[in-house]
Amino acid sequence: MSLPSFLAQSLNGLQYGLLLFLISSGLTLIFGVLGVINLAHGSLYMVGAYVAFVVARATGSLWLALPVAVLSGIVLGSLLERFLFRFFYKREHLDQVLLTFALILLFEEGRSLSVGNDFYSVPIPQALNFSIPIVEGFSYAAYRFVVIGVCLALAAALFLWIERSKMGAIIRAAAEKPEMVDALGIDPRRVHLTVFAVGTALALTAGALNAPLSSVYPNMGDNLLIISFVVVVIGGLGSVTGAFWSALLIGMIDTMGKAYAPAVAGLAIYVLMAGVLLWRPSGLFGQRA
Amino acid sequence: MTSDTRLLPHSRNGWLMLTAGAVALAIAPQFLPLYYVELGTSALIAAMLALSMQVLVGATGLVSLGHGAFYGLAAYTVYLVSPESAAQPMWLTLPLAMAVAGLAAFLVGLLSIRTSGFFFLMVTLAFGQMIFFIFHDTKLGGGTDGAYLGKPLISAFGATFDLPRRQRPLGIYYVALIQLMLMYAGLALLLKTLFGRALEGIKVNEHRMRAIGYDTYTIKLIAFTLAGSLAGAAGHMWALHRGFVNPEIVGWHQSAEALLMILLGGLGSLHGPILGALALTGLGEATQVLTEVSKAPYVPEKIAALLRLLGERKLLVEGLVILAVVIMLPRGLAGIGSKRLDKSGGGHA
Repeated sequence: MSLPSFLAQSLNGLQYGLLLFLISSGLTLIFGVLGVINLAHGSLYMVGAYVAFVVARATGSLWLALPVAVLSGIVLGSLLERFLFRFFYKREHLDQVLLTFALILLFEEGRSLSVGNDFYSVPIPQALNFSIPIVEGFSYAAYRFVVIGVCLALAAALFLWIERSKMGAIIRAAAEKPEMVDALGIDPRRVHLTVFAVGTALALTAGALNAPLSSVYPNMGDNLLIISFVVVVIGGLGSVTGAFWSALLIGMIDTMGKAYAPAVAGLAIYVLMAGVLLWRPSGLFGQRA
Repeated sequence: MTSDTRLLPHSRNGWLMLTAGAVALAIAPQFLPLYYVELGTSALIAAMLALSMQVLVGATGLVSLGHGAFYGLAAYTVYLVSPESAAQPMWLTLPLAMAVAGLAAFLVGLLSIRTSGFFFLMVTLAFGQMIFFIFHDTKLGGGTDGAYLGKPLISAFGATFDLPRRQRPLGIYYVALIQLMLMYAGLALLLKTLFGRALEGIKVNEHRMRAIGYDTYTIKLIAFTLAGSLAGAAGHMWALHRGFVNPEIVGWHQSAEALLMILLGGLGSLHGPILGALALTGLGEATQVLTEVSKAPYVPEKIAALLRLLGERKLLVEGLVILAVVIMLPRGLAGIGSKRLDKSGGGHA
């Protein structure tokens, strides 16, 4: 294990972990506040990546892709909540599973109809297509630093919003004691719509940010969906802080494992999750029930 | 309050229809080309897996995402004892596959039964994925590429049924059908026993069951182990049918698909998963029918174009049908035509 390769893997782990946070924070909020198990969350990530691809192909640059992904996330999330999910809050979890599974299929077919089934790479913007030297014999891609920076900025904004704004306080309350929020006369519909739209926008943003690194291809959100559920469970359902630390932990373990112990890398995070669930079912950061 | 279980047909007509369905499944292959016979076998195997999962989901109210792992583990067991060069008889491979799957389910259950609801779902997912990665990341079973195996010989009581090559798919179909019917019959009898009633009691209200003195942990563990070994029978049948294993059959997708079949068919009946499995397999084929219809001379051009589009888009049709079912038929396909009000209140709303 040489120092440059260790540094590179650490940074990769950090970047992957932050990306996982963008996806799983939306998942944990939607689960915590709306009580919905959204299997289609991975598809939303996929939609974001394809939005970036389409924008980059049409305009020739990636700069516009991020704002477009955020906006389309808000619009898509609002539409999904208003016309579909709203009618499923009172249904059983298994019905939600069925609904969101159908959505996965429809998103995949929509992608296939509009863009096709080919594997596409998304070019890194010219201005960022260089490497930054870190130590002797090791330099790191500038675009990856940008991804890390944007993710950190978004995480900070999300925390500020949840901890400091009035809507954030309502969301925290709704995740903990929904009856109280109802009792206080707050219109839950606006809260639900906001949470779903923000969660969706975060997933699309993650997809768009990662598109130049991962390329875009069918079913690309599949694997991330399960990993994100692992993050959410380890962090504690509904806890954004928990999702942050557990996303970093999982990102690091997964990246390091693949680099240095490939035979057990796949196993490791599931062993961790089973261990956490059996030892402390409410997650590492969740409140004890 | 009748003494009958919710999950079995409630009237003589229900039983008659079930029998008619079984008879139809038994005679259909005589009139179908081999391609459809093999497709039918795949559907029957999916039905076996979904039916074994119904022991957990429909009967006990336990939703596991690790169930497919026991199915895959059984198929890999067949690979390990019956390599391509030396096929073994079925009377050896089937009990062995079921025992290995049952043992794995027992061990996973031992740890995971303590949790419930969403946590149970995630713990079983974790254990299932561990089994998946054992086959995915090590060379034990051919790694990511998978491996061919010797299809177990169809034999019992010392006699081996060796059919001519062209008729072999037909023989395999009947082996699958007989196992599915035995599984249904066995589970139907089990549900009528006190044990079966206890499972349903746990589904409706576990706290109350515990309060009146039932050891719900042990009962659930037995159900989990039983369901795992029955999934093993389905996995064994898969190996017998396809003669091939790869890590995909161990992954969580397998569990999700079985769950989908149960939900599509209906949670509230033992035959629902079978309906769901047949419907989901048939749906993929039905899209081809749409393409054929679009070629008919009297179909307007716009409708023909739409039909052609749907005919090429299997997943689109699947997605739309599932969406329609979940919006319009909260009790699944098995709920169609049944007027009985659902008083079970399975789970909270």
